[in-house]
Amino acid sequence: MARQAISADQLLQGFDAGKGALPGRGLPWLANLRAQGRERFRTLGLPTAKLEAWRYTRLRPFEDTQFRPATEADGRINVDVIPALLKGAAARIVFINGLYRQELSNVAGLPAGVSIEPLAKALAAGSGWIADHLGRVAGETPQAFFALNTALMDSGVVVKIARGTSLDLPIEIVHVSGLTDRPIMYSPRNLILVEEGASATVLVHHVGLGAGAYFVNGATEVDVRDGGSLRHYTVEAESIDAINLATAHVRVGRDAHYEAFGLAVGGRLSRSEVSIRLAAPGASCKLNGAYLMRGAEHCDNTTVIEHLAPHTSSREVFKGVLDDESRAVFQGRIVVHKGAQKSDGHQLSKALLLSAGAEIDQKPELEIYTDDVKCSHGAAAGQLDAAQLFYLRSRGIPEALARNLLVQAFLAEAVEEVSDIGVREAMMDKVVHWLPAQCYLQEQWRGR
Amino acid sequence: MGPMLDIKNLHVTVGEKEILKGLDLALPAGEVHAIMGPNGSGKSTLSYVIAGREGYEITKGQILFRGEDLAPMQPEERAAKGVFLAFQYPVEIPGVTNTTFLKEALNAIRRSRGESELDAMQFVKLLRRQTKELGIPDDMLKRSVNAGFSGGEKKRNEILQMAVLQPLLAVLDETDSGLDIDALKIVAAGVNRLRSPERSTLVITHYQRLLSYIEPDRVHVLAHGRIQRSGGKELAAELERTGYAEFKAVAAE
Amino acid sequence: MAATAQTALQVRELAEDRYKYGFVTDIESERAPKGLSEDIVRFISAKKEEPQWLLEWRLKAFRHWLTMPEPQWSSVRFPALDYQDAYYYSAPKAKGDGPKSLDEIDPELLKTYEKLGIPIREQEALAGIAVDAVFDSVSVATTFKAKLHEVGVIFCPISEAVRNHPALVQKYLGSVVPYADNKHATLNSAVFTDGSFVYVPPGVRCPMELSTYFRINAENTGQFERTLIIADKGSYVSYLEGCTAPKRDVNQLHAAVVELVALDDAEIKYSTVQNWYPGDAEGRGGIYNFVTKRGACRGVNSKISWTQVETGSAITWKYPSCILQGDNSVGEFYSIAITNNHQQADTGTKMIHIGRNTRSRIISKGISAGHGMQTYRGLVRVTAKAEGARNHTQCDSLLIGSKCAAHTVPYIESKNPKAILEHEATTSKISEDQLFYLRQRGISVENAVALVVNGFCREVLQQLPMEFAVEAQKLVAISLEGSVG
Repeated sequence: MARQAISADQLLQGFDAGKGALPGRGLPWLANLRAQGRERFRTLGLPTAKLEAWRYTRLRPFEDTQFRPATEADGRINVDVIPALLKGAAARIVFINGLYRQELSNVAGLPAGVSIEPLAKALAAGSGWIADHLGRVAGETPQAFFALNTALMDSGVVVKIARGTSLDLPIEIVHVSGLTDRPIMYSPRNLILVEEGASATVLVHHVGLGAGAYFVNGATEVDVRDGGSLRHYTVEAESIDAINLATAHVRVGRDAHYEAFGLAVGGRLSRSEVSIRLAAPGASCKLNGAYLMRGAEHCDNTTVIEHLAPHTSSREVFKGVLDDESRAVFQGRIVVHKGAQKSDGHQLSKALLLSAGAEIDQKPELEIYTDDVKCSHGAAAGQLDAAQLFYLRSRGIPEALARNLLVQAFLAEAVEEVSDIGVREAMMDKVVHWLPAQCYLQEQWRGR
Repeated sequence: MGPMLDIKNLHVTVGEKEILKGLDLALPAGEVHAIMGPNGSGKSTLSYVIAGREGYEITKGQILFRGEDLAPMQPEERAAKGVFLAFQYPVEIPGVTNTTFLKEALNAIRRSRGESELDAMQFVKLLRRQTKELGIPDDMLKRSVNAGFSGGEKKRNEILQMAVLQPLLAVLDETDSGLDIDALKIVAAGVNRLRSPERSTLVITHYQRLLSYIEPDRVHVLAHGRIQRSGGKELAAELERTGYAEFKAVAAE
Repeated sequence: MAATAQTALQVRELAEDRYKYGFVTDIESERAPKGLSEDIVRFISAKKEEPQWLLEWRLKAFRHWLTMPEPQWSSVRFPALDYQDAYYYSAPKAKGDGPKSLDEIDPELLKTYEKLGIPIREQEALAGIAVDAVFDSVSVATTFKAKLHEVGVIFCPISEAVRNHPALVQKYLGSVVPYADNKHATLNSAVFTDGSFVYVPPGVRCPMELSTYFRINAENTGQFERTLIIADKGSYVSYLEGCTAPKRDVNQLHAAVVELVALDDAEIKYSTVQNWYPGDAEGRGGIYNFVTKRGACRGVNSKISWTQVETGSAITWKYPSCILQGDNSVGEFYSIAITNNHQQADTGTKMIHIGRNTRSRIISKGISAGHGMQTYRGLVRVTAKAEGARNHTQCDSLLIGSKCAAHTVPYIESKNPKAILEHEATTSKISEDQLFYLRQRGISVENAVALVVNGFCREVLQQLPMEFAVEAQKLVAISLEGSVG
């Protein structure tokens, strides 16, 4: 008999006791926002396959796992090494099981005009601009988990890059999760405001320790104002039983640019849902990603790029490799609204299936309401090219190595879209380490 | 009768920008004139405004073709009256074969002149004669218009169309660009074959090269939206030696 | 004048005149009472003198239909259908027992088909095409029956097949599109009136093109034809269908079902030129074309190829699909859809790869003009067993004017690593550069648009049998008249 997923109300009940301890107590606007989020989540309920956005992703973990709120004790566990990805970062903020760990973080020496704070601290300090943006960039959305995050947000950072400020080195945000007695859930909420003409790079890194289950329900709002530029990277390397759901809303202003890259290399269920609004003339975005799944892992990238103004452009490239019985979903929609003349949008999604049990479901979608546009999408699925494999082997490269080499080359096409060199190298390292053991030989072979 | 093409004090804006600023030009029937000039002087604008491309607005002046004002005419009406533009960048039209396209064009022009349409047989015969003279292989006719053609093939295709449509005024916009010497000779031969007392040709070019093969009766230098100097064919040779520096300097004023 | 303003003007002027099939035939017809009920289902079954099993099947479908909600997932929009405000059976009144030969057919009817350019007198017929002409709810004539009989090909109205070949009908009817498949198909199962039946025996290559011509004439009448084509082992058949209807202010429902079955090494080529009345320039009237077409490649090395040119109807909702069960079987879908004025089309295909080394190819060309609204919706599914499956999909949309819309919604699912799936789609505006180039060579705007669009559609037009290709090409041009200034 199929197990019953718990209802939205049941899920909320588990969090009622801790409600009073959530950050931003005593802020009426926030209490109001949380209440709205809660109501919305109850109305929407947990997503089912009947929703087009969830057509290919089932919430199985909610059928067999009960999550409790993360506690301060969960956040105080000892971590020997912080799994930072970047050697040179402008700042590093570390969270353990959602809790900000100041002693592990380093935000000293940031230039004037750059402000980075954990959400809880920023709310306590009463930073006024947060009220003007939190929940406002996204607006009303029909996304249950975004609403749930709004109700329960208890972690995450707020970043503000002031007008004209440009920050060259990346900001690294590390979320370490796991090693708790029972499965926990926490809700990081990030807000990134890049003011007029400002620019910055942010890398968010989720990493799991141990093998236990946990659930990270993240939500992010990004506002890139006129002439601003943001490079926004994420790496998800969650534990094998973990769930990471991330919902992002991005608004890009006049002549502003937003570049995103998401790499997913693990987790029982990892889902990234990104909505980008190119809101003013000249706005552009690059939304790229790669995923590598094995075991019974499930990865879902669901994206919407909306061209709302003339002369806006978007590029999207997603590539994935699926081994064992893993499964991936790519749903990418490009919408060109009435009046968004001279817009162009291009999208490409490709997947490699390495094993007979793997599955890929792709749904690239174009929705065009005006005529003077150039839009295209491509999607492909298949296995490694037999001719290429044979060619490499005929040159003396062992089969396992040759496979790795080809997989790596396949993914490199996406990873190369990362314009920050340090982040690109860190991403490629992650890819190489995901590959079977022979990859280390391959590194030597390539003379890296 | 006046000149075949008579352009008087022509001012043309593209978008907000004035490109031609009082251009005068008289091209009598039977003559070949060359328009030379530095990049950005308005050469292509002149060719487009004669052919009637949208977005090229005449703000002042006139273009008279055999005494008639071209301005109110649609591009296809001008073509029917005998205006032909060999494009600098011929457009690719996937799925439409060269043969279909040429037949449509020829019959449209014949219809508008009150002539009978050619049937498939007559047309193929006419086409064969031209392709042979221009050294155009048959398979080029079966392929889609300009799709996947090399630069040289595209230009030869333009000349083929000219030969089939037999215009009274041919405007050649940088037809020599991107051609090697052999292709250049073929193109020039095609143009020269059409020379006759009732036809005129306007050769627009940056270099003197093409003019060694198509000998012009007169050469005009276009810079800053106006004809700066006119002369005989020796002017082209002179420009080849001195370049356009003299005319560029005018810009600095 | 700005291109768009001129366009709008010309569209208005032309839309009224361009549908040349909009006439009404004044003929006495016999109708069932208005409305839909079990009694109507029984009435239709009785009129057709059907066996008990078929009546039971119809009733089962009808009862199920009552429980089904209207499908909501497509992008077409229209007011709720009033199923009780239509006639479900309309036949030209027969003199006596119905026509025994063409001489007995009402001359008004013959005139109708002449006007439509469909010759049903054999001596005038196009050599090599056998025609079944369906007028409202019944088949009025089938040509070249005798000649086909010589080689064993059965080509007749489905109601006749029920009487003369009950075993074949019972075996295959509903075997590809089950009675409970979807709301429109289920309604069809309950009330289908006529349509064509084709059976090609093993090893026979059908000596001529088979063609059905559908005509809706009566007012407030739905047409629910059912077509069933079976290509037995090693056989081949090419089948064409054409459709027209008079101009009327009210919408009329056309909910057809087509089932194809190809056994081992058999091939079926199915071509449609759909030109139902599309409604006027303001979007009044026109046919709701809600059609379920599906083919099963049951045998090894079998092949089913769908080609469609969809220029008519107020709303088109159809997804001719292939279920590729047999190893090495092949499915193809070639489509041109044009939406002008206020037409809507949600069309595409499903290719379900089940057998090993199955291949499918999809080429879809959508053209949207005026306020036209168009969606390509497609599914390519490779099941875990379909080792070596291959799909290639090319989906292009061309937009003419800033008020139209084009959507591309492909679902691409693969469960087999040895399958290769490729999908490409583009959407772009009709090129001003191309139009100017053609006009500079003396070609009028209208012809320039027709040329560019026909070029855009060429890969699909090439799939049509010769006679149809020429017609289709003209139809493409007519459908877009006045769409660009």
